Amino acid sequence: MEKILEIDDLHVHFSTYGGTVQAVRGVNLYLNKGETLAIVGESGSGKSVTSNSIMQLIPSPSGKIVRGSIRFKGKDLVQTSKKEMRAIRGVDISMIFQDPMTALNPTLTVGDQLTEGLKQHSSVSIGKAKKKAIEMLRLVGITNPESRLKQYPHQFSGGMRQRIVIAMALICEPDLLIADEPTTALDVTIQAQIMELFKEIQDKTGVSIILVTHDLGVVARVADRVAVMYGGKIIETGDKDDIFYRPQHPYTIGLLQSVPRLDMKEDILQPIDGTPPDLFAPPQGCPFTARCAHAMQVCANVHPATSYLSDSHQVECWLQDARAKRQPV
Amino acid sequence: MAIYLIRRFVIMIATIFVIATLTFILMHSIPGNPFTTQDRSTSEAVQENLNAHYHLDEPMIVQYGIWLKSLATFDFGPSIKQPTETVNDLLVRGFPISAELGMWTITIALISGITLGVLAALKHNGIIDYIAMTLAVLGISIPNFILATLLIQQLAVNLQLLPAATWSSPMHMIMPIIALATGPTAIIARLTRSSMLEVLTQDYIKTARAKGLSPAKIVIKHALRNALMPVVTILGTLVAAILTGTFVIERIFAIPGMGKYFVESINNRDYPVIMGTTVFYSAFLIFMLFLVDIVYSILDPRIKLHKKGGS
Ligand SMILES: Nc1ncnc2c1ncn2[C@@H]1O[C@H](COP(=O)(O)OP(=O)(O)OP(=O)(O)O)[C@@H](O)[C@H]1O
Ligand SMILES: [Mg+2]
Repeated sequence: MEKILEIDDLHVHFSTYGGTVQAVRGVNLYLNKGETLAIVGESGSGKSVTSNSIMQLIPSPSGKIVRGSIRFKGKDLVQTSKKEMRAIRGVDISMIFQDPMTALNPTLTVGDQLTEGLKQHSSVSIGKAKKKAIEMLRLVGITNPESRLKQYPHQFSGGMRQRIVIAMALICEPDLLIADEPTTALDVTIQAQIMELFKEIQDKTGVSIILVTHDLGVVARVADRVAVMYGGKIIETGDKDDIFYRPQHPYTIGLLQSVPRLDMKEDILQPIDGTPPDLFAPPQGCPFTARCAHAMQVCANVHPATSYLSDSHQVECWLQDARAKRQPV
Repeated sequence: MAIYLIRRFVIMIATIFVIATLTFILMHSIPGNPFTTQDRSTSEAVQENLNAHYHLDEPMIVQYGIWLKSLATFDFGPSIKQPTETVNDLLVRGFPISAELGMWTITIALISGITLGVLAALKHNGIIDYIAMTLAVLGISIPNFILATLLIQQLAVNLQLLPAATWSSPMHMIMPIIALATGPTAIIARLTRSSMLEVLTQDYIKTARAKGLSPAKIVIKHALRNALMPVVTILGTLVAAILTGTFVIERIFAIPGMGKYFVESINNRDYPVIMGTTVFYSAFLIFMLFLVDIVYSILDPRIKLHKKGGS
């Protein structure tokens, strides 16, 4: 399968008054054409920083990609000039942010905001842009799109606004759509509708999607592959089934166990104890050591290399190291 | 919208009526009348004649009635001190000059204040930011009459670059406008900077960047418009401040505007002129506040004029 995006050894630092935050510390990731990759992990693990890095939207000068490459269709975005990057944003790669209530400019009409990207990147006529906007609104399920174009964001509900944001992101027909927690701010029924919409759009347009989320239910519904982030690293990645049925990293296992499920007895549900690592002074070894029930001496000192469990399934854990003794569980 | 405008208009009229009444009461509660400060040479009989001519011997309530009538007909009668001229003459002569001073001031304050504020915000914590904000603090803390005096001393007396007073050519206008505009410029610059900084962190700015829009477009189309809301909000207050500022500045630079007549009329207890100028000033200010509200509703579509109570 063709890889549309390959992130290699990405390191992102932020310099703050308190010191340097090593937000992303060696992320390796790829995305196949037309698939949906979910990035999961707890708050502060570096999901947003990773996705913003792809768009080169890390706030500068405080934030900086200090090492690594992000290849999009073979082109390294880290090395791309600002001007070239502007031509890629919105056209080849689009991004959707968490809160639809604030993602739209309150003082501009929806039609204006929908079409401005199109107008910026191509020399379409106003009439054509408008037609395209109507088409997009229809695609995301907004009724009466013609009259809706003249309205302002405050005249729409949260769910509708997120649909508009999605329409806006898709209007230039990008190859890659990055959605950073697109449904967190919405209520549950709307969440399900929006996720359905993502799937529908992918079927229609073949767009590849990176979906950042806290919600494993969402992952189960729409993802093809899953990357689990912890402490600025991707500690396990695999097909959806690998992660849900054969999780290997103790953190992934903990994550799955901390989600209530209908078929689970109540006493198995357990949160992961402890707090995430301090990214000002990240641990030398595996960042999960302090919270891991299976931690060994080596875990605290050396970060484990990637173990390839199958073509799709990789994990960074000493327990899976080829040298670790296998015991029947 | 029409209902809103009508309601708003009624409120404006009522406000002017209240101001007119208050002015009338205040004016007559000051002891004496226009002629008491005059030299003693006028005889009793002349005094009485004068009083009778200006209805000053009538009961207050009658004078009030006469005053209301002149207000309703926009005819404030002749000035007491310069009987050859009517109050309307003074207004017609003085207002264009004051308006010119005021409009230049507000225009320049808006343009330079907003530009400075935006630059400072974009170069946040950079050199431009520090320079702009230092200037702003100076501009806010130096009163306009001090600045006016300093300007006259330096530019007119020492360097002889500009004429020191009056209002007869564009060169004459430079110093009064600078003196009057500096304070408002500083206020606008600070306000623009802080609201711009806030707006730039908003999600919709991130969205705009994610669309690949050019930085200029992001700043002008997406950020500035929202950042200007607070500026528009204080515009009413600012216009009022500039208006009072014109009294002082017109005096210092000997500009024959309305401010001159207004201040003189109070000193002279020139009742018709006091009444006329006060009402005119209030009406003007009220109208400006109304304009500000209109601009605000144009800038921010969430504000619907007809839904808001008239204020
Ligand atoms: N602009 C910034 N300046 C300084 N530190 C930052 C900045 N942005 C992110 N960080 C830090 O980088 C780390 C990763 O943040 P990130 O936003 O990627 O987390 P996340 O996984 O998206 O979390 P969440 O699920 O809460 O969105 C955090 O420790 C955060 O404090
Ligand atoms: Mg995030």
